[in-house]
Amino acid sequence: MSEYILCLVLFCIGLYCVLRKRNIIKIVIGLGIIEYAVNLFFILVGYRLHGRAPILAKDQVIPNMVDPLPQALVLTSIVIGLAVTALIVAIAIRIYEKYGTFDITKIRRLKG
Amino acid sequence: MKILPFFVIIPLGTAFLISLFGKRIKNFADLLANLGTLSLLVFSLYSISEVFTHKILVYKVGGWIPPIGICMVLDGLSSFMLVTVNLVSFLVALYSISYMQRYTDKPKFYTLFMLMLAGMNGIIVTGDLFNLFVFLEIASIASYALVAFGTEAEELEASFKYAVMGSVASSFVLLGIALLYSYTSTLNMADISLTLSNKSNGMIVNFITVLFLAGFGLKAALVPFHAWLPDAHPSAPASISAMLSGVFIKTLGIYALCRILFNILGLSHQIFFILIILGIISMIVGALLAIAQADIKRMFAYSSISQVGYIIFALGIGTPLAILGGLFHLFNHAIFKSLLFLDSGSIEYSTNTRDLKRLGGLNARLPITGVTSLFGSMSISGIPPLAGFWSKLIIIIAAIQAGYFGTATVAILVSIITLAYYLKFLGFAFFGKLNETWFKIKEVPWTMRLSMIVLAVICVVSGLLIMPLFKPFLQSAVNVLLLGKGYKEAVFAALR
Repeated sequence: MSEYILCLVLFCIGLYCVLRKRNIIKIVIGLGIIEYAVNLFFILVGYRLHGRAPILAKDQVIPNMVDPLPQALVLTSIVIGLAVTALIVAIAIRIYEKYGTFDITKIRRLKG
Repeated sequence: MKILPFFVIIPLGTAFLISLFGKRIKNFADLLANLGTLSLLVFSLYSISEVFTHKILVYKVGGWIPPIGICMVLDGLSSFMLVTVNLVSFLVALYSISYMQRYTDKPKFYTLFMLMLAGMNGIIVTGDLFNLFVFLEIASIASYALVAFGTEAEELEASFKYAVMGSVASSFVLLGIALLYSYTSTLNMADISLTLSNKSNGMIVNFITVLFLAGFGLKAALVPFHAWLPDAHPSAPASISAMLSGVFIKTLGIYALCRILFNILGLSHQIFFILIILGIISMIVGALLAIAQADIKRMFAYSSISQVGYIIFALGIGTPLAILGGLFHLFNHAIFKSLLFLDSGSIEYSTNTRDLKRLGGLNARLPITGVTSLFGSMSISGIPPLAGFWSKLIIIIAAIQAGYFGTATVAILVSIITLAYYLKFLGFAFFGKLNETWFKIKEVPWTMRLSMIVLAVICVVSGLLIMPLFKPFLQSAVNVLLLGKGYKEAVFAALR
């Protein structure tokens, strides 16, 4: 149970980072933390104590195996997270070129 | 014939081909994108007749039988959404041929456009929860990049804001999926529904519902989560604003939310109540903020929030008539809001400004843009023979029948405010004296005019959708939502 709660704490740390930090690079890092918290939670859902990978071979019986499906899903989710992070970092660099700052409170041309 | 996978294959394939050959062959990108969207439109129209004969179609991806494999499901609601999305996207692609000359890299634009379309079509046809998440991310990432397409300071700022909020929303959705998987140990939508009906519904299902409400609500820009929309939609190129406001928020937000809440998790009175509250707040806040805007596209963006509020409100009432009105309004809003954004794009194309105070008397110079804007504005503010009137009328009648007198009054008042700000838009932009700066401007090229005229015509005639001849198209979509958790039996029956 405690590992799930720690996952939730990690998620909240990421959320706090996104909401409270002024530097846009730190916001991107916060997004990364949120993603990893969710991925970690998903992996833990399919984990079993002392379980092993369910690779079937001849004359081998695995009594206690971990659920492989979350691992496959998290792999996809990590790739998606990478794409999002790459895109946001690219946008952040362009923002720095235009505004000359990473401070979110100074990047305010849109209002209304 | 199995038409289902083509809704994903065609846009993905065209995106791939355009990114490979778009730069080398002249006009290749334009041609392929328009052919792709046209064929998608034909397929989606064909899907209506398929749904009529078979009621529900299930396609097993790779021949694996669900719930082990992934399946795609075509029912009334999917078919309805496919027609809406692909109709708008075809006309927008047509419009982009001339409009996107203002920007540099057209092939990249079309690649991202087709990827976004692949994501949206994928969300609509998929029958697997994780698959839905993947398509949601494909569409979202493409839209973040498209919002920043001009790479000016404002566009980058808007895109950053949108990308951060969108990623947080996606994380909420993924967390919801993880919890749902841990509770039911399956990812197939119909199978999840089956497993949930065999278990006692604990607090966990409510928690998952809230996570999905937050995630998809942010994508749909319901009011507490709306902050990104008025920045992101105006900053994108006009054709993308039309896609985003017209169909994107509806597919990623409303459709996904409806499918999950109505068909999989099941709805309780509290959830209906939350939907009504969210809808009412969105309606009022969006309309009040729209009045004060001087930027045309920003005004339209706030108006989108307000109109999405109507749809969510109607779905929250939950009676058959209200759902009919909500879906009808969804279709109408897709048409007239994309028309209005295309009109704002034409104004920007000719005059290079979106500031209402600098415009005036454009009717003399841009007659077609003026007339189509008039139709779009009158339809969205609910002037009688046009489509927007009928959908709003149905929603208000349904609200009164269900006993929501106060909220029905609010809906009528918001409709009047809507009329006020669209009259402001028409008055400042098209009527009055022509500003001397604009004496030399010309009407936009014919492809842009054509797509605007077609949308305006659909705006006028789509009121006919509630006539007995065309009503089955809407009714089959309504029936899917009314079926509720019966969705699983329908899917499993089609599998056998």
